[in-house]
Amino acid sequence: MTEASKKTSPPWRFLVPLFLFGALAGLLLYGLGQDPREVPSPLIGKAAPEFELPDLLDPSRTLSKADLLGQVSLVNVWASWCSACRAEHGMLMEISRRSDVQLLGLNWKDGQAEARQVIRMSGNPYRMIGFDPDNNAGIDWGVYGAPETFVVDRQGIIRYKQIGPIDPQVWQQTLAPMIAKLQSEPSSLPTQPER
Amino acid sequence: MSLRIHSWLKFPPLVALVLLLMMMTVTTASAFTLEEFYFDSPAQEEAFRDLISKLRCLVCQNESLEGSQAELAQDLREEVYGMMRDGQSREEILAFLTDRYGDFVLYDPPLKPSTYVLWFGPFVLIGIAAFFMVRSLIHSRADQPTTLSAAEQQRLQHLLDAQAHADHEDKPV
Repeated sequence: MTEASKKTSPPWRFLVPLFLFGALAGLLLYGLGQDPREVPSPLIGKAAPEFELPDLLDPSRTLSKADLLGQVSLVNVWASWCSACRAEHGMLMEISRRSDVQLLGLNWKDGQAEARQVIRMSGNPYRMIGFDPDNNAGIDWGVYGAPETFVVDRQGIIRYKQIGPIDPQVWQQTLAPMIAKLQSEPSSLPTQPER
Repeated sequence: MSLRIHSWLKFPPLVALVLLLMMMTVTTASAFTLEEFYFDSPAQEEAFRDLISKLRCLVCQNESLEGSQAELAQDLREEVYGMMRDGQSREEILAFLTDRYGDFVLYDPPLKPSTYVLWFGPFVLIGIAAFFMVRSLIHSRADQPTTLSAAEQQRLQHLLDAQAHADHEDKPV
């Protein structure tokens, strides 16, 4: 290149690599902030799967999809071997006292004795607890870890999935407002996407 | 070579131990994942292995269902095995899993609007890069002046004159 042609190129050309680097760094920084363990559920907006599980504390009773219909529910997946669930337990107890949302448990891949022990020691926040040691309902619900909590509306449509424990922040900022909104929806209005 | 064989033979227990260890690691590695599964034919086993190697374990995300020892992976292997024994097709099994766990379980993401960037992004980037490269190549060629400036013309003439003069002088008479 001659002196003359160098002078014609605009001065900002030198900033192009810097800009590209900045864009790439920004993209990677965004990726760092994402949690790869949070896999979005394809069940959001769809009807809760059919299931039928014996109750953990009273096996003569069964918990099924029918129990979800008619009121807004939280379906909480937990197990005695899950330490995050133990940390979450106190929050669930508080929710059961403070909120009128129906709290259902899904005891997942657990032993009956161990699970009952947890309830005996720390209290029972659930209206009913489905006992699923063999991951039958768990697979249909797309459960891949504990704790997980599904928000299910009156029509039995899954509206949200909380992956990881419910802490006060998650409850106040996400779940409580969502439950209040779903509870204010008229139960007969078909506001949900189909299926 | 003979020396090497000789020195090996000096330690047969060591050789035997190494071979034993190698055999043990090989057998346990394959026995872990498929021990509880029985197949009618080698082809069925091959199909099963192929399918679970293309599915991702959600707990250990860098492991396939074939290789993962996570509890959930074992459950899902059994589920896939059961569906296969029931005569369900590969597509039905994949649909069953993606309906519940999302496309995330597939190592090979499907082609659909939300994955267009993933599939076509690299080609778009290559296209953009190629465009700028070609453009800069054309420009750099165009930048080469095809005619000489007045000053260069004058200097060339000067050099030619000097050369002609020198040639003339050097010519033997």
